[in-house]
Amino acid sequence: MSTSASSPARPRAGPPRDYRFPFFERVTLDNGLSVIVAPVHKLPIVSVALVADAGASSESPGADGVAQLTARALTEGTRRRNGDALGEQFERWGAAMGAAADWDAAVVAMTVLVPRLDEAMALFAEVVLEPVFPERELARLKAERLADLLQLQTEPRGLADEMFSRFVYRATSRYARPEHGSVASVQAIDRAVVERFYNARYQPAGSTLVLAGDVSVADGVELAQRLFGEWSGTTTAAEAVDDGPARTTRAVHIVRKEGAPQSEIRIGHVGLPRNHPDYFPALILNGLLGGLFSSRINLNLREVHAYTYGAHSSFEWRRGAGPFVVSTAVKSDVTAAAASEILIEIARIRADAVSEDELTLATSYLDGIFPIRYETTDSIARALAALAIYELPADYFDSYRANIRRVTAMDVLHAADRYLHPGRLQLVVVGDPSVIEAPLAALDAGPVSVHDAEGKAEQ
Amino acid sequence: MRVPIVTFRLANGLFVTLSEDHTAPIVAVNLWYHVGSANERAGRTGFAHLFEHMLFQGSAHVGANEHFEIVQRAGGTLNGSTWLDRTNYFETVPSNQLAVALWLEADRMGQLLPAMTQQKLDTQRDVVKNERRWSVDNQPYGTWWERLPALSFPPEHPFHHSLIGSMEDLSEASLEDVAQFFATYYTPDNAVLSIAGDFDPAEARGMVERYFGGIPRGGGKPPLRPMEVPARFGEWRREVVEDVVMLPRLFLAFRAPVFGSDAHYVATVLAAILGTGKGSRFQHSLVRDREIASEASAFTFDLAKAADILIADVTARPGISATRLEAEVVREIDLLRTNGVTAEEVERAVALLETALVSALQSAGDRADKLSMFATYFGDPELVNEQTARYQRVTAAQVNALARDLLGEDNRATLLYVPAESQAETSADAEIGETAGAGR
Repeated sequence: MSTSASSPARPRAGPPRDYRFPFFERVTLDNGLSVIVAPVHKLPIVSVALVADAGASSESPGADGVAQLTARALTEGTRRRNGDALGEQFERWGAAMGAAADWDAAVVAMTVLVPRLDEAMALFAEVVLEPVFPERELARLKAERLADLLQLQTEPRGLADEMFSRFVYRATSRYARPEHGSVASVQAIDRAVVERFYNARYQPAGSTLVLAGDVSVADGVELAQRLFGEWSGTTTAAEAVDDGPARTTRAVHIVRKEGAPQSEIRIGHVGLPRNHPDYFPALILNGLLGGLFSSRINLNLREVHAYTYGAHSSFEWRRGAGPFVVSTAVKSDVTAAAASEILIEIARIRADAVSEDELTLATSYLDGIFPIRYETTDSIARALAALAIYELPADYFDSYRANIRRVTAMDVLHAADRYLHPGRLQLVVVGDPSVIEAPLAALDAGPVSVHDAEGKAEQ
Repeated sequence: MRVPIVTFRLANGLFVTLSEDHTAPIVAVNLWYHVGSANERAGRTGFAHLFEHMLFQGSAHVGANEHFEIVQRAGGTLNGSTWLDRTNYFETVPSNQLAVALWLEADRMGQLLPAMTQQKLDTQRDVVKNERRWSVDNQPYGTWWERLPALSFPPEHPFHHSLIGSMEDLSEASLEDVAQFFATYYTPDNAVLSIAGDFDPAEARGMVERYFGGIPRGGGKPPLRPMEVPARFGEWRREVVEDVVMLPRLFLAFRAPVFGSDAHYVATVLAAILGTGKGSRFQHSLVRDREIASEASAFTFDLAKAADILIADVTARPGISATRLEAEVVREIDLLRTNGVTAEEVERAVALLETALVSALQSAGDRADKLSMFATYFGDPELVNEQTARYQRVTAAQVNALARDLLGEDNRATLLYVPAESQAETSADAEIGETAGAGR
């Protein structure tokens, strides 16, 4: 590295300017609907989110996929309009509108320019409150889900994610099975099942309406009262989800993809629930292990060994304990070597405390990017939706940065010791067994089994 | 709404655009270099993109991978991307870190070469080969990214060859190539720097002059190979690809007016009428009504030189054969071309495009990128403020005239993916197809 007398020295940062998450107010209507309004007047645009306690975790046994199907079918017809008319009307107002369910909630979301807010909100309410779930549209949505599942058989990334869930969670856990349902479960869902799910899970108490953008608190609450004030009914809280592991000893699961030039690798185990008291230490731990570009796993696999285009780790946060997983795709002939490096990094971060310098890589990153996350009305609305879904405290955003900065190297070490379990890791690899099976067996990371693209064990 | 814009040019040719917004204490820095895969020489496909990777490997005062670390420690996000005719580098940081971000970009624009080593090149070459495996070779339909431009532009044309590059050409790239490419294209007079967000204009200008002012102007770049192409293909081109996929997928491409022209705004509206949103022709007819397709969209590549391409991208429903898929998509195109679109369809498309524009402009990074784009392609960042009005001026008559011109049989390129033998059992017969589902 040379230095040049003429080039200016690296500057220091100036004093940071204060930032606060946008002010928001939360009120509860008489029918129990929670309303959150966050006025942000930068541009004439508003994002809306209706959050219902209607995620995949709240499905009845045997109805896997009904949560997503119900959410998607909301926009397919109301008592007054069919799906085509609804879509056309939203779009002629320029409203970007859609509904989907994840594990924990169903979210109906819309972003619209202010001049169209009133009429678009009225139609938005109609979609949420008066859906009729036409048979024909349900049949089509089911067929689209079946097409997705079919495509998954040749799509190694999605396939690796699905297979990982299956090998990590025990069979009784909803988390072991596809979030949006399997071929058999989706085929079995009829209109009565959807209606029953809608009636049970879409209720004012337990739901939250978020408005973020160029709207005042008074106008937002008035709009909510006028359009959703008559909504009635009660809901029961969803039962706690079974998040138990499939096994407590390490094992290697190969999913066959003949001739694959790369192996898709997933290594992990059951992680932590979103409301865990050590959420912040776990965030920092993950950032340093594999969450950041400059994390140990990415630098090792990409920049030192050039095994991959990228490698990262994450705790997937859900109401129940979502998975902790390290994900990467590597050239087939280095599959075992890459898996070995991942195991080494997991062991290493549990062995010794990180240095102060390394710690601040993650703390200063998460502290600094906080305002960058909330530039758009849509991202603010989604953050407030998460506040409702996970019942986070009202000062969650205002205390977030202090909570990040408070994490110490010892906290990270304790989190690594308590929440990473080398002996329980499941190694799931979608790749070509003729290239990767023997080296993975030689790794001695646990018993090796080979499966087809539908997860059935061979032999 | 108008994006406020101030521009100036340094003596070394660097064009700078500034756009203030003090809503939040963040600032975006965005650099466009006017070089992409189109500038690669024969035998070096993929080099512009490999070079982009090298820009994260340090410079005279920045260590290997330190660029990423410095920005992330500063609490910022960053990346870079390569396209056919440009390469961009960008970071969004807390506003008190603006000087650091500018210094980093200036150090690698001015003094990249002292940090380049054979080992770094070898590592990034392997990283990029893995990127190719990940995004192209081990991904269903992944080769469309290189097959479609190859089908749409003649063999010697700068847009014809693969952006990610061939494994052979990537293997050939040398440190000397890096030095030469850097000297030729990574010069201040071949770049645009945009800063958007929370900053003081006088201070920012001072920083730009301080960090970039001393970088010498370049010696000019060689002209691109001839770019001119006729307005239409002049034929119906076809390529059928057997792939490890479960469902047929059709890319139907049309040569289209260059990005930035009035006619391109019309083409964008035409693409949205065809394939954006529930009320689009494809969604309405192919996905919802007749259940031919499981997914369908249409879009443009937004190429600002030679000619653009407008692409219909439609995946079959299980049970629909590749032949049937293509016939049905072509039928929709012919219907539109023969009967035209309505004013309501134009209104719907423009309203959606308008919301998408405003949504994107909320983010400092997107704002800065748009400013760099308009400045790089047309020398005029103010064009960012004209987009909405130009969409709003588009009429049904213009869309219909363009459709008659461009959607005919003399201007089509079919790229059709069909399941290879071993995957074929579900795409057998069109007749039983429509109610068959995916019963596997």
